[in-house]
Amino acid sequence: MDLEFTEQEQEFRREARAWLTANVPAERLPSMDTREGFEAHRAWERKLFDARWAVVSWPREYGGREAGLTEWLIFEEEYYRAGAPGRVSQNGIFLFAPTLFEFGTREQQDRYLPAMAAGEEIWVQGWSEPEAGSDLANVRSRAERDEERGGWRLSGQKIWSSRGTWGHRLFGLFRTDPQAQRHRGLTYFMVDLAAEGVTVRPIPQLDGEPGFAEVFLDDVFVPDADVLGGVDEGWKIMIATTGSERGLNLRSPGRFAAPANRLIELYKRDPRPAERDAVVRAWMDADAYRLFTFGTVTKLQAGGAIGADSSINKVFWSEMDVELHATALRLLGEAGELDDGDGGWLDGFLFALGGPIYAGTNEIQRNTIAERILGLPRAK
Amino acid sequence: MRLAYTEDQELFRDTVRDFLADRCTTADVRAAWAADTAISARWVELAKVGVTGIVVPEEHDGLGMGDEELAAVLVEAGRAALPEPLLESAVAAGLFAEFAPDAGWLAEIAAGRAAASVLLPGQRLAVEAAAADVLVIGLADGDLHVATPADCVLTAQRSVDRSRKLFTVDFTPTARTLVASDTQRALARAADRGALGAAAQLLGLTRRMLDTTVEYAKQRVQRGVPIGSHQSVQHHLANVLIKLEFARPVVLRAAYSLARDLPSAARDVSMAKIYAGEAADLAARNCLQVHGAIGYTEEHDLHLFMKRAWALGTAWGDAGVHRDRIAADLLGDAPAPPTPAF
Repeated sequence: MDLEFTEQEQEFRREARAWLTANVPAERLPSMDTREGFEAHRAWERKLFDARWAVVSWPREYGGREAGLTEWLIFEEEYYRAGAPGRVSQNGIFLFAPTLFEFGTREQQDRYLPAMAAGEEIWVQGWSEPEAGSDLANVRSRAERDEERGGWRLSGQKIWSSRGTWGHRLFGLFRTDPQAQRHRGLTYFMVDLAAEGVTVRPIPQLDGEPGFAEVFLDDVFVPDADVLGGVDEGWKIMIATTGSERGLNLRSPGRFAAPANRLIELYKRDPRPAERDAVVRAWMDADAYRLFTFGTVTKLQAGGAIGADSSINKVFWSEMDVELHATALRLLGEAGELDDGDGGWLDGFLFALGGPIYAGTNEIQRNTIAERILGLPRAK
Repeated sequence: MRLAYTEDQELFRDTVRDFLADRCTTADVRAAWAADTAISARWVELAKVGVTGIVVPEEHDGLGMGDEELAAVLVEAGRAALPEPLLESAVAAGLFAEFAPDAGWLAEIAAGRAAASVLLPGQRLAVEAAAADVLVIGLADGDLHVATPADCVLTAQRSVDRSRKLFTVDFTPTARTLVASDTQRALARAADRGALGAAAQLLGLTRRMLDTTVEYAKQRVQRGVPIGSHQSVQHHLANVLIKLEFARPVVLRAAYSLARDLPSAARDVSMAKIYAGEAADLAARNCLQVHGAIGYTEEHDLHLFMKRAWALGTAWGDAGVHRDRIAADLLGDAPAPPTPAF
């Protein structure tokens, strides 16, 4: 065992901290799910990109630093420690990009990665449908072959698409073989939301802002160049993407260490002994999550894979996040209900409540843990 | 950065796991329940594998290893519900190595010819105090004594886990038994080793309860289907696995910190005891629930592991003690508890 960081990693941390200290906006940006906030967040993404901090783990040619997994975790710790804005491009760079790196052609990577990293194109997820939430094999939206134009015509409806209201491009699954059963016959498409036939209907989330959208597709043409991976091969590509979503890509330990430390400060300012255990619990859980993640990194660096373990991860962080924020609201007492209250805890709480629902509900994750890790028979 | 045991550590652990699978069956654990002492012929065999001498320095015929290896082996001891006082002897060995290396006990423990018990400040119960060959007793004023059972008045107490032979110890310190003074820091560290060791065993117990129950849930059929195909049963067991998987790295980190005497060691150990204790607690409850009435009997083996888990949950500082210690460190809202912490 060796829980120390190397000199090189510590130097990386110092450099990141220095830049963030000098550049993180003093004022919180408006919500990224308002028009004004969306643009402010894109401008911040551009600033990160210009300083090569937008996508530290990516190759240099796409604007990254070729940072290893440990350095990436260090960057995330510093990012959230500095109180930097949420990442409006996160669905692109953390969810979709790993899939694009793995399954995309060189042309697709050159076309989409730089614009994604610079915040020029914000990607929107096109997973769920009215009849397919956590059960993606039930996707009904379809793609029909258009030989003449060399592509596909997409029709159907996607829902709960984060960043859909103002985003630029959508990634998601469409049924290319209507005869095939469930997870067969699905294809992964990249769709231009400005294309003819696309209608976007914003849906306000719990916080009142249109963070979700419903996307209607009516005979939308998508060229062959925007099929990711093979035709009818979409399921396995989707599995890789959702693994990123549940796993450490989207929820680095830094995201929880920062609020856990702020919670400690909140308690110290106005100690409420009745909440003491909950405060300690939140801090410990954030710390345990960090250790668990370093254990995962150790496994990955030894050539292992995450697989179904990402379900264990997802249940833990999503429930921890809710408890952490709920504790903060109790500490705030009467002020806990105020919209513009101290430190954005209410916003954080509302956001955290989505955790046990998205990326496959925690009920589905627990079934996956039981069946794929513990080996129990399939649930009826 | 590497949060995992080394290959050598894993190899040693696997050897012990195999040995215990063979030589510490549930029938053996039941035999320990029925006997006056749980120290059996197995103690010498454990010594041959190196287990009793893990933390005994090499010059006294031990392996000269530390908290990481001890924790790895104690996970296996937990998995098997090993009844011998392995942890107590290791804690005693650490104190011998520091304060009385030439008293002769180290080589005896390493060879399996002696077993030791300990009683640290704040502890009221000593495991195997009557059958142990030697008792290491730390007093709150920092005096460290080495005694034999004959130096003490021992009163047997009955643990929920009948294989834990517990005693209250009435001991009158003398100049003859005193081996060192001002050992508070060492006693605190010894207590931390005990808490870490208990945490490690709780991990093993959790794994064993979970594995046993998964097998049961696959085979037990009701209304025509295995009960493990019910979502409610699946969720009970998934919750145990989640608790276990998050307790594991916490225990590993505590072993690392304690082995290197890092400033955070005490807090890290407390966190390990809490996490492993919660995992074992949840395992006991959920696994009992999944087993139903058969789990509520002494005929089924599940109780052997549940009862050990309950015992170790309170031994070496219960969750409240350890939470207080962490809270004092994090929040500074209470005076740090006197060391040793329990």
